[in-house]
Amino acid sequence: MSKKNPAASPEAVDPVLDTTLDPALEEPAEASRWKVALDEILSGSPLRTILAIILAFVIGAVLIILTNEDFIKASGYIFSRPSDAWNAARGAVGDSYGALFRGSILNFNGDNFTAVVRPFTETLRLAGPLIVAGLGIALSFRVGMFNIGGQGQLLFGAGFAAFVSFQLHLPFPLHLLVAIVVGIGAAAAFGSLVGFLKAKTGAHEVIVTIMLNYVAFYLLTYVMRTPILQDPTAGGTPKTVAPDKSAQFPLLFGDGFALHWGFILVIGATVFFWWLMERSTLGYRFRAVGLNPSAARTAGINVDRVYILAMAISAAFVGLAGVNQALGRTAGFTPNIDSGIGFDAITVALLGGSNAVGVFLAGILFGAMKAGGPAMQVADVAPELLGVVQGLIVLFIAAPPLIRAIFRLPAASTKIPGSRGRIRALKKGVTK
Amino acid sequence: MKLELRGITKRFGALTANDHIDLTIEPGEIHCLLGENGAGKSTLMNVLYGLYKADEGEILLDDTVVHFSGPGDALAAGIGMVHQHFMLIPVFTVAENVMLGHEPVKGGIVLDLPAARELVREISERFGFEIDPDDVVENLPVGAQQRVEIIKALARDAKVLVLDEPTAVLTPQETDELMVIMKQLAASGTSIVFITHKLREVREVADRITVVRLGKIVATASPTASTKELASLMVGRTVDLSVDKNPPKLGAESFVVAGLTVLDATGNRLLDDVTFTIREGEVLAIAGVQGNGQTELTEAILGLRSGVRGSVTLDGKELVGASVRDSLDAGIGFVPEDRKKDGLVAEFSVAENLMLDRSVGEPFAKGLTIKFDYLEDFAEKAIEEFDIRTQGTTTLAGRLSGGNQQKVVLARELSRELRLLIASQPTRGLDVGSIEFVHDRIIATRDSGIPVLIVSTELDEVLGLADRIAVMYRGRIVGIVGPDTTRARLGEMMAGIES
Repeated sequence: MSKKNPAASPEAVDPVLDTTLDPALEEPAEASRWKVALDEILSGSPLRTILAIILAFVIGAVLIILTNEDFIKASGYIFSRPSDAWNAARGAVGDSYGALFRGSILNFNGDNFTAVVRPFTETLRLAGPLIVAGLGIALSFRVGMFNIGGQGQLLFGAGFAAFVSFQLHLPFPLHLLVAIVVGIGAAAAFGSLVGFLKAKTGAHEVIVTIMLNYVAFYLLTYVMRTPILQDPTAGGTPKTVAPDKSAQFPLLFGDGFALHWGFILVIGATVFFWWLMERSTLGYRFRAVGLNPSAARTAGINVDRVYILAMAISAAFVGLAGVNQALGRTAGFTPNIDSGIGFDAITVALLGGSNAVGVFLAGILFGAMKAGGPAMQVADVAPELLGVVQGLIVLFIAAPPLIRAIFRLPAASTKIPGSRGRIRALKKGVTK
Repeated sequence: MKLELRGITKRFGALTANDHIDLTIEPGEIHCLLGENGAGKSTLMNVLYGLYKADEGEILLDDTVVHFSGPGDALAAGIGMVHQHFMLIPVFTVAENVMLGHEPVKGGIVLDLPAARELVREISERFGFEIDPDDVVENLPVGAQQRVEIIKALARDAKVLVLDEPTAVLTPQETDELMVIMKQLAASGTSIVFITHKLREVREVADRITVVRLGKIVATASPTASTKELASLMVGRTVDLSVDKNPPKLGAESFVVAGLTVLDATGNRLLDDVTFTIREGEVLAIAGVQGNGQTELTEAILGLRSGVRGSVTLDGKELVGASVRDSLDAGIGFVPEDRKKDGLVAEFSVAENLMLDRSVGEPFAKGLTIKFDYLEDFAEKAIEEFDIRTQGTTTLAGRLSGGNQQKVVLARELSRELRLLIASQPTRGLDVGSIEFVHDRIIATRDSGIPVLIVSTELDEVLGLADRIAVMYRGRIVGIVGPDTTRARLGEMMAGIES
């Protein structure tokens, strides 16, 4: 390498950066507008995410104040006694967010230890399905696909797990394991259908998954009216038989808490997701196809196979959420078992930047809002307010220029989800 | 009109793309802006055209300071620009394209197409462009499309015409025609700023030459300067543009393409009965104007295309119908023509890009887990061996300059056990230093006894590298000739003239 370029002497411009400095030289992106927008959203910094959350709660507080009865009354004479309105506003926000905290994290008013910490275990219990389903959707995002079929895949997982849970009769750990595996497998098969259709016919996964949501919902409802799944005591309503005791997730901390072993599975799934996406060859191929399918194909990666496999694994994660729902209970369930998790998972994946840790934390946040909702209702604030806050969080995350303008942040860098972890791994290699 | 740029400085973050550039363009002058890719030529012109706002400095037209807040202002002031990629609507006629954005109207609302056609005809006749205003743009050859761009600028009374790398897409003949047009325009008083990195053209046409390097003006030269002198000014050192190589040591005819035909979805022949062989230790270069089937040829060989007929054998193994994976495993190294789209994942690190073609199993993975330690060592060696200028193995590939990106691709492709190297436009958009490096590696590959297939639209490159030259025109091979064939003859063949 005798051809060192003296032009690149120390005082010269860093040659590493020279052609990227001119955006006009860049070829227009080949990727679809959706993908560009998604990349932008997923490259969000943790700081921006936290600011978005705070801002959403601030707006939520404004809504609480403006709809508070005492405040409305006090604002009638706000110029003679502004302190009344101020106190009313402060009281309203304090009461409702206080209730949210007591309902989702720690209840200081509890009589005993169990009552004090129970809210947080409820948060974790409700977060579990959101986290795994979020991981599933996040995986599809990383492969450059939009899996909107969380609802259908979750229902498939729940339905098949439920079938095994009361139609087969096996001893305890085996029965549970078989139910889990069958549930996940069914969801994966259902998801791989989407990948297959995309690979072989070019059908767009958004359309296919949305339509399959209907198929799954009505298919499950139909089957729940037949002896295959229907509880004979339920009359005409579609409702499943309760799972055998041997197929239920055992409770983690005894009878005082509803949190069950399903959450341990969720933690395991999160670790697995991290390994899969950041460390494994399969995840490498997923990411390569997600970022540049054309280069991946040219380098000999079978892009069609990646689409099928990625959709199967994505749906498997979502299916685990369904399994969690179906087996983490002592009673049967109706087709509404999804309870919005399939769609909330999209939000969780976006909020979590589609990486393992982010999705885990985002799932906990959304779980906390679910857990704290009833307590807020007791404090006279409708829990729908939390829905507004959730929507605002995502809006702010998904509108980076807006949040940058509000907080005067510098323009986003081109960080790629998960890249920091890989860079750390590479650096570890250097020091060795 | 006299155009003057004074102390133009444009920074992008910590980077100074233009550093106090002073430039004066006299009326009726062909002023050549010469510099490597990334030297800051295009940035400067985008400042002039109102696309960027300069951090410092001012623009003067006839000694009056002007401010452009967008291309509209620049156009109105008489500055026209012909971009490297044409800004034409393919399904519109020439007249419709020319009037786009300032449509002449009758009675306030009725489109006055005849006026636009008359204008096109008038300009075309004045400069001998031979453009019919009623031709649909997509049916015109590239050179004619470029003339439509020039008419567009002239139709808006451009006094200063900026041509950004105008010859990159032209055949030698079309290039010569463009040179004539440029001289005519200059003679009629239009100033021309001609941006290029091709030295031969500069010497032929320029009145004055300004050399830009790393954002600064390093010299002004006269067109009488030798190619060598200009090249050294451009890169800041003495360069050797010719490719040093020994006569080939030919081995067996290990790569055979016979009757290769590629059909598109509607049955058109994109590649028509292409037959050639390459022997071990030989470079066969495919010359031709872009879009004459070269892309389809390389993609068909690699297995990226469907609708392929005929036969491709490497060491006796049939590759038509094989997957890309099979072709790579058969020993094909592939440098794609569009490295950003097909060669690299821009958001992957340099190290990750180096394992793109071997993401399964050894050597980069054990079981399903990637061996990051091994990858790191591998990447460090590749960076060292291929002189990749990067901050480190974890730098994102998209952040590297074109030359360094190409070195990453080469490092990856040459690190496998090869039986055939296919390099498509191997030096497109690279600076002189990288070109030299890439050429040396290609010749080294050939000398190690591997057949090499080069596809290039640059005649200099074809002539420098090839042991034999196959010229393609409209999906067919017009002829296969020796490397001593004249430029003029190759140009004729590239236009489809058989003999």
